[in-house]
Amino acid sequence: MIAADKPIRAADAKLLYVDADGGVHHGLRTDLVKLLHRGDVVVANDAATLPASLHGLHERTGAPIEVRLAGRTTSTMNAFVAVVFGAGDYRTRTEDRELPPTLLEGDVLVLGPLQAIVVSLLDHPRLVSLRFTASMAALWEGIVHHGRPIQYAHVSQSLELWDVWTAIAGPPVAYEAPSAGFALDWRTVAAMRGKGVKFATLTHAAGISSTGDPALDARLPFDEPYFIPEATAIAINTARAANRRVVAIGTTVVRALEHVGHDGVVAAGPGVANQRIGAADTLCIVDAIVSGTHEAGSSHYELLRAFVDDATLQHADAELEAHSYRTHEFGDSIFVERQLALRVGVRTTGSWRRERAVRHSNRALAQVGAK
Amino acid sequence: MQQALQGLRVVVTGGTSGLGLALVSALHAAGARVGFVARTRDRVEEVEWLHGGSVGVVGDVSIKQDIHKIVVQLLGRLGGVDVLINNASDLGPTPLALLGDTECEDFERALQTNVLGAFRLTKALLGSLTAAAREGRGALVLNVSSDAAVNAYAGWGAYGASKAALTHLTKVWNEELASQGVRFLALDPGDMDTPMHAAAVPEGDRASLKRPEMAAREFIATMMGLLPQPIPSIAASRRAS
Repeated sequence: MIAADKPIRAADAKLLYVDADGGVHHGLRTDLVKLLHRGDVVVANDAATLPASLHGLHERTGAPIEVRLAGRTTSTMNAFVAVVFGAGDYRTRTEDRELPPTLLEGDVLVLGPLQAIVVSLLDHPRLVSLRFTASMAALWEGIVHHGRPIQYAHVSQSLELWDVWTAIAGPPVAYEAPSAGFALDWRTVAAMRGKGVKFATLTHAAGISSTGDPALDARLPFDEPYFIPEATAIAINTARAANRRVVAIGTTVVRALEHVGHDGVVAAGPGVANQRIGAADTLCIVDAIVSGTHEAGSSHYELLRAFVDDATLQHADAELEAHSYRTHEFGDSIFVERQLALRVGVRTTGSWRRERAVRHSNRALAQVGAK
Repeated sequence: MQQALQGLRVVVTGGTSGLGLALVSALHAAGARVGFVARTRDRVEEVEWLHGGSVGVVGDVSIKQDIHKIVVQLLGRLGGVDVLINNASDLGPTPLALLGDTECEDFERALQTNVLGAFRLTKALLGSLTAAAREGRGALVLNVSSDAAVNAYAGWGAYGASKAALTHLTKVWNEELASQGVRFLALDPGDMDTPMHAAAVPEGDRASLKRPEMAAREFIATMMGLLPQPIPSIAASRRAS
């Protein structure tokens, strides 16, 4: 595949469609709505992307550093998990980035107008939890004026926030763009409505996608907080009770919905997704996914193995390669339906889960209706 | 009206003087969670201090590079937005000038603030506004217009043309987004006793002008007629962070 090296939403972006029987079809991303059915509910992640890359100095040594905010350890608003690099910036491949100076608990990191204290080391020379000393207002102001979007060497131009925000971006809680959402524009959302497809959102704090360090990358994705609005939970449970499909825009949506809905019903409210999804997992909520094209071995790719068997995925990979699809966050898209053989309710061993989920949904709906 | 807007999240641009300040005060008194934007740090801090719990952001809506910085701070601290009031306005040339005497740069500044600024801010907040609509919170965008957008007054060409553009933009936004549950309305507050009016008509009789507090009350009455009552409460931890 070809690396998409500019932050543009190409009008001629491609869409590879992998149907429930494992068939592979080529199309345009503008055809996305044609793959949806009346009654489907499409769920997207409306997290907006923070300027989470902060350059500065390690005060004790005076060494230049780059801090990439990557998640949270606690609900304390000024505390983050962060990946720390030494001198240099995104133009150097992350694999080739220098280590930061040896970090110790209590070290001060001076990041433009902000100061952060290293609270603890997280079993890796690059990974720390840190706490900013500023008030919340000053922290937000400092981050927006000093921070830059996290980016990688395959895009040479310096990204602006508008490059990494999806059309539907809302709460600024993502560390990197929930990039499957770049497939959405307001024309597409309006077309869904015109076709009788329900559009819903959740907010999932998408974390860092790569650190360049194999040991750290093996720990991705980190725990990611999410929030499911009541309207979204009702839309999903209603669709499932009526045997309609739930289509996730992006891996973060799958992670949130499968975390909250592991017993087949989606409850509204906050949660923290801490699970990995792969070939061994049976999906309980999501029937299809729209995603970018991902390289084998990445956590995103592993997640696709819950949708289709490996032979189908390898066939799809070969088609993406043969037809020069563009990869990475600004690249082309895939639409993957969960294979019939992998569906809950099709497997005899799994059918009880679907029945129980429908019972749960009906009960949840009755409760909602009784309010 | 006391606490009638409890839990409503409202953003006001140009919130430290004139109608904007009157809106911040009236919305705050009615229980709304108010975020506001203005250019002067001292004024933002003062207005924030006077309205405990409000969120003041220093920024200039006429500058493209400021928009997302403003929006991140507003959304990060408010958690979301239900109502946006695009109030910040630029008069164009001051004192007012005939079009033939208007410097292009003065006209451009009026368009940047009154048309493009409102457009960019609305676009950056569209995800949040449509989310509020889906959650039954009744999303609304109020754009402050003027009778100079409708009537041709000598000397008001730059301002009037910019407000006419804003009014038309409002109608198209509304046409395109009504199906998503976001409503757009352009409102003319009338001639008010504000610093902007004093700059436009220095010799005007202030006693004959409407108090901005009165206009703010009218705006809030309009808002309440368009929003669900009561406004649904925000889940305690709406933010996924």
